[in-house]
Amino acid sequence: MADSLKFRPFFRSASVKLAAVYGVLFAISAVALVLFLLWSTTNLVDEQVEAAINADAQGLLERWNEGGMPSLVLTLKERVAENVDDDAIYFLADAEEARITGNLDAWPAKVIFPNIFYDMAVTRGQVVSHAAVRRFNLPGGFLLLVGRDVRGPQQLKRLLPGTLIWCAVLMTVLGLAGGLVMRNLFRRMVADVSATAEAISRGELGHRVRRSGRGDEFDRMAEAINTMLDRIARLMDGVRQVSNSIAHDLRTPITRARARLEDAAYHAQGEPELRAAVERAVADLDGVTAVFQALMRIAEIEAGSRRSAFAEIDLGPLLADLAELYGALAEEQGLTLRLDVPDTLPAFGDRDLVQQAVANLLDNAIKFSPQGTQIRLSAYVSDRKIRISVADQGPGIPEADRERAAERFFRGEQARSTPGSGLGLALVQAVATLHDGALLLEDARPGLRATLSLPAVPPARMEPASSARDALAMGAVAQEPIV
Amino acid sequence: MRILLVEDDPTVAGFVAKGLREANHVVEHADNGRDGLFLAASETFDTIILDRMLPGGIDGLRLLETLRGQNNTTPVLVLSALSQVDDRVAGLKAGGDDYLTKPFAFSELMARVEALTRRGKTDGPQTKLLVGDLEMDLLSRGVRRAAQKIDLQPREFRLLEYLMRHAGQVVTRTMLLEGVWDYHFDPQTNVIDVHVSRLRQKIDKPFPTALIHTIRNAGYMLRPE
Repeated sequence: MADSLKFRPFFRSASVKLAAVYGVLFAISAVALVLFLLWSTTNLVDEQVEAAINADAQGLLERWNEGGMPSLVLTLKERVAENVDDDAIYFLADAEEARITGNLDAWPAKVIFPNIFYDMAVTRGQVVSHAAVRRFNLPGGFLLLVGRDVRGPQQLKRLLPGTLIWCAVLMTVLGLAGGLVMRNLFRRMVADVSATAEAISRGELGHRVRRSGRGDEFDRMAEAINTMLDRIARLMDGVRQVSNSIAHDLRTPITRARARLEDAAYHAQGEPELRAAVERAVADLDGVTAVFQALMRIAEIEAGSRRSAFAEIDLGPLLADLAELYGALAEEQGLTLRLDVPDTLPAFGDRDLVQQAVANLLDNAIKFSPQGTQIRLSAYVSDRKIRISVADQGPGIPEADRERAAERFFRGEQARSTPGSGLGLALVQAVATLHDGALLLEDARPGLRATLSLPAVPPARMEPASSARDALAMGAVAQEPIV
Repeated sequence: MRILLVEDDPTVAGFVAKGLREANHVVEHADNGRDGLFLAASETFDTIILDRMLPGGIDGLRLLETLRGQNNTTPVLVLSALSQVDDRVAGLKAGGDDYLTKPFAFSELMARVEALTRRGKTDGPQTKLLVGDLEMDLLSRGVRRAAQKIDLQPREFRLLEYLMRHAGQVVTRTMLLEGVWDYHFDPQTNVIDVHVSRLRQKIDKPFPTALIHTIRNAGYMLRPE
């Protein structure tokens, strides 16, 4: 019982199993090979003897046909005399089985039927030996017996199994040894992968599978695993960055609210002061809620569940309404908002999300535009894509920041002093991606042109559009300046 | 007004009930779905404020569906910590008349409750709205104040119409964004303020008294002085 318990882990090991399977398969094939060899060798020997007998008999019968009995007797005598190996057996008898000539003492009683090979003991000059013989009935009742002494082949047959058994034993031993070598190879390869996996689960995320550099399958697998680990590490970095930003962007207003409340609790003099502190704290918490809401919204959009709410929408009136809503705000800030949108522009998507995305772009443009400048909201179809673009004449986004501008909480140098959560463009990006579209940020010389492109036909009916990230990575530059 | 509040969180419930009572409403409170459904079905209320996630086997949406299944048409404001658009749609589809996401400002809740109860009372289609000396003809789409004609842009007209229909009540910015523009997102800047201030230029500026009042930390109210 204790023994079996001790051995169980050994036999559970995949490498031992692999080695055992390899060894057993090797042994089975070795034995099969040996058996086949044995069978085919003995067959071959038998066939050769029979063929020799047949050829011999053929020649003798021809003699009989040519020259009758005297010729046959002469030939037989010659053959017996010339038989150096002394393995040929001939016996010519009359109808009563009485000897005419031949090298046997008497007609073997067993040999009754013609055309059958008899495997039997024969006595030749007092010596007993083993032979294969065949009887031929000649015209006139004469009987001819042709045979071969098979003592030699018999010996071979007897020796062969022994040799082959040794061969099989040797091959089995070799097979097991090979299995052990295989086991070690397998174990070493797996050990590397499992050591890496263990290290990573311990938290050593920088650990990688060692590569042999031989470029074999194991190497390629190691490479694939390493690539996967690199990708995971990058994603983790991204998540960590986002959660750090969340922690920062939410912690700051929470800290502020807490400080205000605590300060008010200890130091406020009179009710108005206390009330004011509480109101400011509530405003701070509202800010936290807004950031939280925006994050949830982006996550919801990124999850893609809203695709079920897609419908045919007309961007013409939708954009005109937004321009009307934000036009008043722009005007109040000394800006002009120019609308350059066709009356109808059918699209397929989520009305609320497209509205919010464009609202965010307009909001940004108004926030960053210097007084007296113009903002242009335009929409047109080109290259099977609807392009909604908002161009301002503000400071724009430096080329180096453009790629990161749509990340959550990313805020450029110029944006730090303005109010905002740093989530506006991230939401636009998420909306673009949900619609199989893209967000493209370009230099409008001066200013920023943000273009939200959506497929002009339902996404299900078109080939996958290039992802937003590709479009951003291209970092295209505006060709024509805004008039 | 008699208001039923179905909310399991004692802090939120206490805060809401206190506020409503201060505004001279009678509040009944249930802290689970079963009691809430019993009260809602057996007594008459002007409005029900209903939390979506409730203990006691019956959640807010189930309660609402059961109530509507009994042909009970009491206006219901659904309160929820679930802010996703689909959740909002589910709340309205189950028979809710309005939907408010937690956390919320009490002023927003109050404004929406009052709007709901008012909505229940309007009888028949109106052709004319009157607030003080301000007059709106819904058929000819003409607006006059103190017998003086006022020209309004279509959107300004709809904004004023909304304010007039809710005259005497606080109307929040979100309510205006939803009711006048049909937008269901939170704009980062207060675009609504700009539009209200434009409307003021036409409605209030040329006249000695103002009709549109700013309610601090809440929104706006249209009322005769």
